[in-house]
Amino acid sequence: MQYMLAIYGNERAAESTPREQTTEIVNAYMAYTKALQDAKVLVGSNRLRPTSAATTVRTVDGQTKVLDGPFAETKEQLGGYYLIDVPDLDAALFWAKRCPAVHYGTVEVRPIWVM
Amino acid sequence: MPRSALRHRRGAADLGDVTDTSPAHRAAERAARQSYGKLVAYLAARTGDVAAAEDALSDAFAAALVTWPTRGVPQAPEPWLFAAARRRMIDMARRRRTREVAADWLLFAVEEAAGMDLADVPDWRLRLMFACAHPAIDAAIRGPLILQTVLGLDAAAIAAAFLTSPTAMSQRLVRAKRRIRDTGIPFRVPDRTDLPDRLDVVLEAIYAAFGAGWPDPSGLDLRRQGLLDEAVWLGHVVIGLLPEEPEGLGLLALMLYAGARRNARRSANGDYVPLSEQDPALWDAAAIDEAERLLQRANTYGRIGRFQLEAAVQSVHAARRTTGRTDWGAIVELYDGLLALTHSPVVAVNRAVALGQTAGPAAGLAALDELAQDPRLAAYQPYWAARADLLAHLGRHASADAAYAQAILLEPDTAVRRFLERRRTRIRQNFS
Repeated sequence: MQYMLAIYGNERAAESTPREQTTEIVNAYMAYTKALQDAKVLVGSNRLRPTSAATTVRTVDGQTKVLDGPFAETKEQLGGYYLIDVPDLDAALFWAKRCPAVHYGTVEVRPIWVM
Repeated sequence: MPRSALRHRRGAADLGDVTDTSPAHRAAERAARQSYGKLVAYLAARTGDVAAAEDALSDAFAAALVTWPTRGVPQAPEPWLFAAARRRMIDMARRRRTREVAADWLLFAVEEAAGMDLADVPDWRLRLMFACAHPAIDAAIRGPLILQTVLGLDAAAIAAAFLTSPTAMSQRLVRAKRRIRDTGIPFRVPDRTDLPDRLDVVLEAIYAAFGAGWPDPSGLDLRRQGLLDEAVWLGHVVIGLLPEEPEGLGLLALMLYAGARRNARRSANGDYVPLSEQDPALWDAAAIDEAERLLQRANTYGRIGRFQLEAAVQSVHAARRTTGRTDWGAIVELYDGLLALTHSPVVAVNRAVALGQTAGPAAGLAALDELAQDPRLAAYQPYWAARADLLAHLGRHASADAAYAQAILLEPDTAVRRFLERRRTRIRQNFS
């Protein structure tokens, strides 16, 4: 089964993180990505630019509107994802628990809907 | 038969007209009792779809009731039921859009076409229990889910025991089963490293089922009465499949000790009898003996846990049948251990009561006072009843009176309420 590990974190806090700590986090992500590759479970992954770069499109009263800003103002924002292919939820949770994000944010594990 | 009707007929406990005593019906009922959980577990584990397995099995039992009276009861009912349920699942798979059907479903069709019949259905009930008690399932629905899938109890019976409406219970069960399927929760006994934690959750769920069956001492509600036996039966299943897990042994011992006293909890005229005033002759000696053996066996593994400690407390109480007294010192020590392990306010209340016996009511009350700030105890009847008893012993009648009033307000059982009212009246005579 494929699962998306959606990574949520506080962008404000990330901005004020000292440089050496940021390097540490980036290194942790590189190691994590390599571990997923070596285990042959990684389907894809991406880091997203902050929600300040987000544009939202939705229809209001029959009119399609383009709005600047994210879908919703939340304390933690979606910052990236890993798409993995593993046998079951326990395997997905095994990887989620090892994601560097669990130390500073939240990892949401969602199964992919097979169409 | 419409699907909604099938859903209501689901379950080993409900095979339609219970007054029907034809041999075919009795055989179907026996097969249902013995095989229901095994068949659901095997079908669900192979497809990940608990609801589909239940529906298929429900159809298989319905087919048995039609076929067996005319063609005779098969030599081996279990493989017959499995083959019938598998046939149903193949039909279901054919009606669904193929891409929604996992490859596992198609294997059923391959097996059937190849004439592969099972002489024995593998016992995967433990796998099913671990799926139901998975950390990704809401803790409150794990117990009900196990009762429904492994034992075949219907939502109405479970709802009555867990004090919710049948509709709400039914919806939550449906959602939980869908969640097992959609999130890909595995049907697997966890490996050694995860087993202790995960087993605890299964044991908690079984104990919740036992607890839900406990508050009906009058036996008026047969569905609840049955729940005690069903939970004990699940305890046997767990230790049968994991014989070297001391906490499983501890839980079964605990349930047997408590269950042994079920008929001593009320007097002949229906009055509540507290443990300390119960006649040990009314306890089920055979059940206590079995509990003692299980607890001793658990002790040999040298891995202590919550259920073993709670069973040990019950063992001390049970010893009164031979010694004529209760070793409260031992009970305080056991509660100390339990408290260190669980930090449960309920344990702390029990410990304070035991302390009241060894170190006097003032010490017991002081221990309760330390808990007064815990918001979880504000609506916990035994806390107020314990307070009231200790205050009464200390001659603080006005405070005791108020605490009894609070306990009476919180107690749902009329017999226990009457008992508390009698105690309250007794102290009122002393100070008014």
